[in-house]
Amino acid sequence: MEWQEVVIRLFKNKISLIGLILIIFFGVIAIGAPWIAPPSDPSEPYMVPRAGWGFEPQPPSSEHIFGTAEGQYDIFYGIIWGTRTAFRIGFIIVGISSFIGILVGTLAGYYGGWFDEVVMRITDIFMAIPFLIAAIVMTTILGQGLRNVMIALITFGWMNSARLMRSQVLSIKEEEFVIAADALGAGDFRIIFKHVILNTIFPLVIEASMRMGSMVITASTLSFLGIGAPEGYADWGQMISFARNWILGGEGNAIKYWFTVVIPGGAITLFCLSWNLIGDAFRDILDPKLQ
Amino acid sequence: MISYIVRRLLILPIILIGVTLLVFSMIMMLGPYERLSTYIKDPAELKNVDVDVLVTKLGLNDPWYEQYGRWISGVARGDMGWSESAGSTVTQAFLSRFPATAELGLLALLPVVVGGVILGVFASVHHNDFWDHVSRVLAIIGWSVPTFVFGLIMLMIFYGTLGWFPPSRLDSWALDIVNSAGFINYTNFFIIDGLLNANFAIVGNAIRHLVAPVITISILWWAFIMRITRSSMLEILRRDYIRTARAKGVKENVVVYKHAVRNALIPVVTVAGRMVLGLLGGLVITETIFNIKGLGQFMAQAAQQLDYPAVLGGTLYFGFLLILINLCVDVSYAIIDPRIRLE
Repeated sequence: MEWQEVVIRLFKNKISLIGLILIIFFGVIAIGAPWIAPPSDPSEPYMVPRAGWGFEPQPPSSEHIFGTAEGQYDIFYGIIWGTRTAFRIGFIIVGISSFIGILVGTLAGYYGGWFDEVVMRITDIFMAIPFLIAAIVMTTILGQGLRNVMIALITFGWMNSARLMRSQVLSIKEEEFVIAADALGAGDFRIIFKHVILNTIFPLVIEASMRMGSMVITASTLSFLGIGAPEGYADWGQMISFARNWILGGEGNAIKYWFTVVIPGGAITLFCLSWNLIGDAFRDILDPKLQ
Repeated sequence: MISYIVRRLLILPIILIGVTLLVFSMIMMLGPYERLSTYIKDPAELKNVDVDVLVTKLGLNDPWYEQYGRWISGVARGDMGWSESAGSTVTQAFLSRFPATAELGLLALLPVVVGGVILGVFASVHHNDFWDHVSRVLAIIGWSVPTFVFGLIMLMIFYGTLGWFPPSRLDSWALDIVNSAGFINYTNFFIIDGLLNANFAIVGNAIRHLVAPVITISILWWAFIMRITRSSMLEILRRDYIRTARAKGVKENVVVYKHAVRNALIPVVTVAGRMVLGLLGGLVITETIFNIKGLGQFMAQAAQQLDYPAVLGGTLYFGFLLILINLCVDVSYAIIDPRIRLE
């Protein structure tokens, strides 16, 4: 299937259309952040402004339309600028880890033999440590901060694309057009790049799309545990970690502080949902057996 | 088949050593003084001691292979070291926390697999009609909600507002009974122990405490299993043998539940390994939120305090578990599906 046709079908499919609209919506928020929520200190736009030093979260008001979190951090500001953080985390982690995965998987699948064996055993080793625990350990060692979160998630996030790519390469390696290219004297690099990677890229794109959501969730989980974004940084996971002390509400009203969980939680969920919707529709489009 | 299993078993120690080397090299990114901090309980201890002497005494300045060798020879003797964050040996810490995690994990597996398969079959039978779309969108939403957000909302509604499902493992009155002399802890699985002691109040209380965390863990994997079952069912339902069965007048229910489901479950088994891996990650968050003193909470806490004997031991333990599960999955895959010819 040509990629133009895939794009057209993505727009025609209702489910992926919802996903696309959501992503465009988040994209507009991310780009327009300086206008939607003007920073009080333009040199540090990612630091969420505080409306005082009180401890207790304040409900939505005309001044703070989403209310304030513990420590009077403005939730609206955090959500708007947190969109940028989410995009940045997602694109960088998924981009780099997919690149590593494609490289490793292609080389292992194409060259095969002992090289394949060694590389895939190394992949197994990385996969044998539960992902979240590996990420927590590595981030703690490198020190708090989003850059270190990204390094940790890339280090332990490339294996799935490597395995997927390898299986794709193995299945396409024996196809006639690859053998023909080899017989015509095309170099390894040209065959791998032009004939193998370009013909196997779609499943990788689906996988990457699904991984956008899960990586943003994992990064926000680390922020939630207090080892991700530094305090006061516009990050959805951190906005929720501010809610932890207030889950049981107060004064006989357990859902008194609902906005501290539901609003940032809703933002993360919608963001992941949009990528998952596209990935899911993509898979249906590319898998003719399911139509 | 046999040679395949043997080969996998031979590779097992290599992977395990690789895992420990990987974790150890992460730990070694810290300087000796930073690693010293895990040995110090009270800052006052450092007052009258020369830090350098302490570093030398504990061998933190030795070359990495000597430190690794010391650790691994300890492990071979069954000694994983002392965990500061637990205040006991690593082995003891694991043993005391294992029942809570196992109870939660095993109870979560059941609704995940059964519910996921039933919904997946349901969606495939209703392929492309209203119910298919509804279940599909619900599954994608379930897949998109972060575990910690879902857990917090569960706490807010079912504990804070309704008071139905409290966090931790037992109420304090129940804990008093469990810790009293009259109650025999056979397994430390409170449900089973309650039954064995014929104390049904304990059983009820333990179940009440487990409902919310089990749902929290299940929601994500329930969606996952459902999607796999659905697509695998769709593929099976258009096979020739299904058409033959229908053509010769077999009832639709029998076609779906007897002929198709069995074959459609094969891919579900293969993803079980991946699911267990994800469940372990979900346990870290769920146990932290619901204050369950299990392995997941322990690992998160140990990692944040850089209690590295516990982290090393924990990853080794989880790695071992994971490889074993994957091996079982591979073998059962070969047993279920005779077409698979393993080299």
